[in-house]
Amino acid sequence: MKKALLSGNEAIARGAYEAGIQVATGYPGTPSSEILKTLASEYGKEIYAEWSTNEKVAMDAGAGAAYSGRRTMVTTKQVGMNVLADALMYTVYTGIEAGLIVVTADDPGMFSSQNEQDNRWYAKLVKLPLIEPADSQEAKDFVVQGIALSEKFDTPVLLRTTMRVSHSKGVVSLGGRPEVPDKVGPFVRNQEKYVCTAMWAKKLHPVVEQRLRELAQYAESSPFNRIEWGERSLGIITSGITYAYARDVFPSASILKLGMSFPLPEKLIRGFAEQVEKVLVIEELDPFLEEQIRAMGIAVIGKEIFPPYDELPPDKIHSIAVDAGFLSEDKATQPVAQSISALPLRSPVLCPGCPHRSTFYLLNKMQVPVAGDIGCYNLGCLPPFNAQHTMGCMGASIGVLHGMAIAGLPERAVATIGDSTFFHSGMPALANMVHNQSRGVVILMDNGTTAMTGHQDHPGTAWSLHGEDVPHIEFKPLLSAMGVQKIVEVNAFDIAEVETGLNECLEYDGPSVLITKGLCVFISRDPQPSYIVDADTCIACGECFKLGCPAIIKSDEHNPKTGKAKANIDPTLCTGCDVCRQICPTGAIHPPAQTKRSNT
Amino acid sequence: MKKIDFLVAGVGGQGTILASDILAEVGMRAGYDAKKSDVLGLAIRGGSVLSHVRWGQSVASPVVRRGQVDFMLAFEPLEAMRGVELMNPAGIIVCNTKPIVPISVGSGNAVYPSMLEVKRVLSSAARIVHYIDATKEAVEMGNPKVANVIMLGGFSALLDIDPDIWESVVLERVPSKLVDLNRRAFRAGCSLIKEGKMI
Repeated sequence: MKKALLSGNEAIARGAYEAGIQVATGYPGTPSSEILKTLASEYGKEIYAEWSTNEKVAMDAGAGAAYSGRRTMVTTKQVGMNVLADALMYTVYTGIEAGLIVVTADDPGMFSSQNEQDNRWYAKLVKLPLIEPADSQEAKDFVVQGIALSEKFDTPVLLRTTMRVSHSKGVVSLGGRPEVPDKVGPFVRNQEKYVCTAMWAKKLHPVVEQRLRELAQYAESSPFNRIEWGERSLGIITSGITYAYARDVFPSASILKLGMSFPLPEKLIRGFAEQVEKVLVIEELDPFLEEQIRAMGIAVIGKEIFPPYDELPPDKIHSIAVDAGFLSEDKATQPVAQSISALPLRSPVLCPGCPHRSTFYLLNKMQVPVAGDIGCYNLGCLPPFNAQHTMGCMGASIGVLHGMAIAGLPERAVATIGDSTFFHSGMPALANMVHNQSRGVVILMDNGTTAMTGHQDHPGTAWSLHGEDVPHIEFKPLLSAMGVQKIVEVNAFDIAEVETGLNECLEYDGPSVLITKGLCVFISRDPQPSYIVDADTCIACGECFKLGCPAIIKSDEHNPKTGKAKANIDPTLCTGCDVCRQICPTGAIHPPAQTKRSNT
Repeated sequence: MKKIDFLVAGVGGQGTILASDILAEVGMRAGYDAKKSDVLGLAIRGGSVLSHVRWGQSVASPVVRRGQVDFMLAFEPLEAMRGVELMNPAGIIVCNTKPIVPISVGSGNAVYPSMLEVKRVLSSAARIVHYIDATKEAVEMGNPKVANVIMLGGFSALLDIDPDIWESVVLERVPSKLVDLNRRAFRAGCSLIKEGKMI
């Protein structure tokens, strides 16, 4: 059998291929983004894949495709599930015509998220089966088995990974693709099933409850769940990546591995617990398994020793287990060297050549309150800018800005939001500002892509996931049509233009939008020769350091009067964006062709 | 089949993740079960990258435990220092000597450790430490980007794996017009370690 080394996300995409999935939708979000990317690049011929405007749109589209008879996958990161959930609720009531699998990639440890929510609860809330792969092989297999489960029980299925499953790689045995329908239709007209109007939905709810009972019955003997018998002194119940960790830390213990973690197989769990002396539940984040198992009247040890936050890597599980007396200290794992906490950090920064830099430099100078949003520009909250004062979720900035205005805040405030985020969930909030006529500046930072998650397309780009030319939505006419009276568009790489535009909008008594246009440096791919600092002209005033550009570093040369370090530019990092030249008060920074900028 | 745990340490953009992908693939083709996991810092680009790679009869966790790393391949000295607590004291480190100065140091808010300090820490963590100025070697070969392939070549000399497996895994990941250059770089790295021409 052919084998390949795949990440969990690549394996999920492979699973979609082997499950006969034909439609896939989603919105980018770490750690889920590579699933659709792989679907498009590796299986684009067999599977239609798109980046939808947001997760709810993706889920509605997924429902429509599954109603139409195509096996379908919808992908999201954990917080996107909150956006998606409204649509998921009704699909559980209606069921589907062809298999529907929703993949949520959770982020314990918050490597790239604003919270650490445990999306396993959604399975309980929404009332659908939940499967949790522990590695890449299972990630692939579970998609295939999940689609079968979806069709057998006429329900969408939730597949949950965590960052460590999605982004780790492992050896995967590859299979083939089943026969799939070439054509679908006509559309099934089954109103009592697919129209969730109250009179029909009321009849669907008992169906959902009965289905859960049948799923719980199925879970008792399902291949998703298995017991690995070892010593009977300790039994561990676990799921997902913590299974892999537990297997390493407790090589001789008995383990009940739950591949299907909702609904739970009560008889299987009870039987396991009765045959071991003590039961340990090991799960990252919330006591999702633990609470349900306790409710069965089974005594377990779980969150009283394992914290409900952060990842639970093997070393942490080991040290907690040692402290709680489940393991003895392992001398072999004691390193000679201790961790060195004082090492200089590589803190996150806006890239050299980033179009957002000019705006945050100015916002820092102007000291206005800034409602922030999700994207690279959230880095504006860090030094040297310190120019984002709120940030909560996708699209929040404009609503929060509106709230500041209706609260009667005397200061003029601004919101910063990216182009992709604006389409995702900024538009309804801006419509609300226009409709209710509040005041504030929305800075629409248009870098021409969904940058932070890996440069995906959105409705404002002229390409889609498949790369072809597509019509794109222009911001100026869109904003005009939305009733915004004050719209100013500026070149993000021209500091004076951005400053003038910002002042003009701040003076305006109503909702205004400043579009700062400048391509992400990874999209433009047009690096200019590195700029140079003329050491004789540099007075070490430090102004250019306020740009927080990784290419601008402190020189070994100092101003003899102040003792301050002069500036230098790292030629391997500088992209020649010109912003630092514009703010240098002495004209010491210039492109390589000139020795000194002309005084014009 | 004895387990081998690896740590690949570097800075985003240095090819650290590519190197750990190669290492995992080489293990798989040599008949091992293999898993890998990248531990990334918060930075999009230019951040710390620690990649765990594990070979064995059967590997459960993609994450290596403290004190278990048999081999560390470090593309940058400061990142090598970040990885020491994972080292098995009987292990081996191969470290590139060219520092990449983080912005916290460049802006004067932190101090980059001296090479003396780097050597003291690495020597205390492992049985053998090989230092290679791979960046300099790469520049001499005409392309600073092959530094990571030189490092991998040097690293391959420490492991008992068919060189053909190494070369095929490495070379199928580089653009076709750069295959010859990368082959030379890989072999140059291999000779550096074999002939003891380290720093």
